Amino acid sequence: MKTKTNSSVAENRFIRTLYQYWKYRYLVILFLPGIIYFIIFKYLPIYGLVLAFKDYRFLDGIMGSPWVGLKHFREMFALQSFWEVFRNTVIISFYNLIFGFPAPIIFALLLNEIGNTHYKKIVQTISYLPHFVSWVILGGLFMQFLSPSIGPINILIKSLGGTPIYFLADPKWFRAVLVVTEMWKSLGWGSIVYLAAISGIDPSLYESASIDGAGRWQKVIHITLPSMTPVITIMLILNVGKLVNDNFDQIFNLYNPAVYKVADVISTYTYRMGLENMRYSFSTAVGLFRNVISFTLLVIANQISKRINDYGIW
Amino acid sequence: MAVRKASKGEKTFDVFNYTFMFLLCVTTIYPFLYLFSNSLASTEIAQTQITIIPKSVTFENYKRVLTNPLIAAGYYNTILRTVLGTFLSLITTFALAYPLSKRYFPNRNFWTGIIVFTMFFGGGMIPTYILVRNLNLMNTIWALILPELVSAYNFVIVRNYMMSLPESIEESARIDGANDIIILIRIVLPVCKPILATVALWIAVWHWNSWFDSMIYSQKAEKQVVQLIMRRIVLEGSQQVMNMSTMDESGMRVVTPESLKAATVMVTTIPILMVYPFIQKYFVKGVMLGSLKG
Repeated sequence: MKTKTNSSVAENRFIRTLYQYWKYRYLVILFLPGIIYFIIFKYLPIYGLVLAFKDYRFLDGIMGSPWVGLKHFREMFALQSFWEVFRNTVIISFYNLIFGFPAPIIFALLLNEIGNTHYKKIVQTISYLPHFVSWVILGGLFMQFLSPSIGPINILIKSLGGTPIYFLADPKWFRAVLVVTEMWKSLGWGSIVYLAAISGIDPSLYESASIDGAGRWQKVIHITLPSMTPVITIMLILNVGKLVNDNFDQIFNLYNPAVYKVADVISTYTYRMGLENMRYSFSTAVGLFRNVISFTLLVIANQISKRINDYGIW
Repeated sequence: MAVRKASKGEKTFDVFNYTFMFLLCVTTIYPFLYLFSNSLASTEIAQTQITIIPKSVTFENYKRVLTNPLIAAGYYNTILRTVLGTFLSLITTFALAYPLSKRYFPNRNFWTGIIVFTMFFGGGMIPTYILVRNLNLMNTIWALILPELVSAYNFVIVRNYMMSLPESIEESARIDGANDIIILIRIVLPVCKPILATVALWIAVWHWNSWFDSMIYSQKAEKQVVQLIMRRIVLEGSQQVMNMSTMDESGMRVVTPESLKAATVMVTTIPILMVYPFIQKYFVKGVMLGSLKG
């Protein structure tokens, strides 16, 4: 009895939905190019991930290439170079999280304490600037800036009697360079969301705190910071989700074979293996591995955040 | 606000805070100024200075860079992709966001979910590369425009903005018999101007700064964008620089490879630095709009 009514209900609903599409056909016309774009350029590559389980052969295409199961994954996990790359990714991201995550928050708090509006505006404008310059350009810029022969930092070191440091070619220094330049680039821009959160705080909270005799420091601790918590949480979730999403542009433009050992990360490895050495299937397996980890991290972080403070990104 | 007198500790903090902010600004700008001064330097002067005022100024470096045919072609490709790409991206993004901002659009949550999912999971480098190659887009401008035509993030921001508009503004046009496409163009787009300007700038700067897609999709040098040409000249230390610094009519080397490289970087940076102060506020507005209504 169930099946019949169910199927006719489903049929009815299907026809009603079709009618809805027809009723709003002009909206459908607007909607189609965009959704077709997403299906072709976003979902076909997701389908293309099956390559990780096949041996890609150019002439056979993705569909026709033979299945090989987990061969590429087994190879990947057995490779020492892969684990080195994985470790680099996690270490660099971890440093970026520890140093890079609080920096814009502190910057926003300090900026909020600047009373002179003009000065504040100027500082903001200047601090956003590096965000607009690509890593290719910054790569060229830092290459000269950190150069042992003509770079001003090394000229300073030399004039103080020290020996010049090969910042971009010395494995001991390279990760520090990555973390510092990343902070340099994103500090100001990253502070915008926090400044937005601060500007949304009800001024009467500060007034009543002043009446109660709270100093500036106490207001920051008891009003500003707690009001920023939701934004900070969301940003933290996003950052944790990105722990294995390395900064390809930055690393690719700054590194060189001398520092591969400490700087080769999953995305640069995927590029070198896949597009330089043409190992498409192996590279896809590496990329898939990273995607799955980062997606899982994001879901877990979101879940934890929901449990702790009822607030998640979905 | 400041009724209470500032305490000694607070005054010290203020001094520290103002100084710290000043130093931060210097740190941000100095590398650019340093490189700029380097790009104006001739011969050995570039080797020794920390100051940003060049001891002698020459425009020879810029002349060499700007007369390089690859840089010119690169500029052309960059401008083409930026203009065409931004235009097409805007049309598609707004056309997609409008229907999905309507509560009555069938399966709206499903379609939105389909789009938002791509923010968190994707095929990645190799499958996308193979797709672009299979579509025969290699060495065409479309390889630089189509793969990132609509960003899910921009879509969400535009859709949220449209959802915050009152229904009533569309009603009179609907009574007059206008269809949804006309309503979008005549009524909705004009009130979307702030978000339109923001998203347009985001896409344009993204296109301007892109280079990786050009590197993997355009093998022919004359099809590559200026950022990539710059990268090849400066980072890969390609033969280009050497040719540029030695092929001098008089046989004298008036320029050093270092200052030539600096000039090359500057040629790609200066356009951004010039428009930046004017466009900056729109960017900030967009981030606010995006962050406040998540």
